[in-house]
Amino acid sequence: MPYAKAVFGGAIQESRIELPSSNFKATSDDHNDIEGFWNPPITGTIYGTLLNYRGSLEDMGSALHNDPYKSPPKAPVLYIKPRNTLVGHKGIIPIPEDTDELAVGASIGIVISKKATQITQENAEDYIEGYTIINDISIPHSSVFRPAIKEKARNGFCPVGPWVMEKDAIDNINDIETKVFINNDLKQQNTTKNLVRSVEELLQDVTEFMTLNKGDILMVGVSENPPIATKNDKVRIEVENIGVLENTIQ
Amino acid sequence: MKTARIAYQGDIHFAKSTKNGIELENGKAVGEEEVVWLPPIEPQTCFALGLNYFDHASELSFEAPEEPLVFLKGPNTFIGHRGFTRRPADVRNMHYECELAVVIGKQAEKVSKENALEYVSGYTIANDYAFRDYLENYYRPNLRVKNRDDSTPLGPWLVDVEDIADPMDLSLRTYVNGEIVQEGSTKDMIFDIPSLIEYLSGFMTLSPGDIILTGTPKGTIDTKVGDEVVTEIEGLGKLTNTIIA
Repeated sequence: MPYAKAVFGGAIQESRIELPSSNFKATSDDHNDIEGFWNPPITGTIYGTLLNYRGSLEDMGSALHNDPYKSPPKAPVLYIKPRNTLVGHKGIIPIPEDTDELAVGASIGIVISKKATQITQENAEDYIEGYTIINDISIPHSSVFRPAIKEKARNGFCPVGPWVMEKDAIDNINDIETKVFINNDLKQQNTTKNLVRSVEELLQDVTEFMTLNKGDILMVGVSENPPIATKNDKVRIEVENIGVLENTIQ
Repeated sequence: MKTARIAYQGDIHFAKSTKNGIELENGKAVGEEEVVWLPPIEPQTCFALGLNYFDHASELSFEAPEEPLVFLKGPNTFIGHRGFTRRPADVRNMHYECELAVVIGKQAEKVSKENALEYVSGYTIANDYAFRDYLENYYRPNLRVKNRDDSTPLGPWLVDVEDIADPMDLSLRTYVNGEIVQEGSTKDMIFDIPSLIEYLSGFMTLSPGDIILTGTPKGTIDTKVGDEVVTEIEGLGKLTNTIIA
């Protein structure tokens, strides 16, 4: 049976919950029996990873070699989703006054189980507690030359949840399908088979230069062509074997 | 008032600076070298500014930006006064950056410049080391350059906002092994503290414990293993750090 950790129903302590079936596939019905509030199921710092889907690098094309980038990235390019951006499953993503469109960045979040410094890909799994779903919302922007704080750090721009699926429920994290639905229409589909750095390689290459602490989240990356959503849209991210994260833009 | 967070005899204390030295909550006076100095606050969201002094921007051959160049830092990078920062063996240019750190004291949303300082609880010193060999042109400056472990000394003291008459007129100095290598004034910031608070709180909510590292003036040069780097800001004290292999 798959188990997950979640914080819901107004509680501040996390609960370990058993999910309904041994062949859990993550559809929107799987947790409809749990009512009430869902908090983000994590406490650490959320680090995003830029350009880690092959399609997102390919879309940059020759720009990778021209100004201002000059050459393709060598090390993982990270960013931080600060605390004001966090919101739980079923929470509201507030649309800022200065934009009508938001880019939906679906990502799996790797949840760290213990302090990870300069680990190798061979033992990376020992440092993983499980996986959650991140909706890395941005105001659409084309340049990735300067940090995109104004585009990525607005209040409510990082829905996380609904839970942290324990890693034992996942056979191969590098072969997991993600889908984005807006108002029930499938807008994007991708698989972690298309990652530039696998989950294990990413953990190795990130912890080479900075420590990830227990409870921190490292996003594996966001697919190319993030779907655009607007006011009153219902955004649902389904991740195979991990869960469904649903939020409304208002 | 100046407060520090220190470890002493197996406990963590909030110490005060008094004329008798460092004083614990129970009145006991302790010496600077008897305690372990922790960052004076545990930063929540940490903003840092690139190219925020006219002279430093020109030193790096960049034009002054039209909008603040902001990046974020994670909790792994902070370290207290008298701490040690590692210089990776392959690095050819690791430089200090003496910066005025502004601590937010209450929730700030769409604050105007005129009353921005009401949202500040105090100030401290940051040394925002950069490892320039690792610069790449994606979300520049990226975390490999700016968010390495133990690479942002902070402290020694959190100085109450009331104790600093004009934060926009403070001298900053950095000494390496006792020799002065960097000198500037907060007067030369491109975006001053009220402008930064107005800018950031204009698109996101700032909360107590958030901090803003306001950028560094010119005079950033390479440092070596064994160097003692002291960053000093008028009215805030001196923050010491030693570079190790």
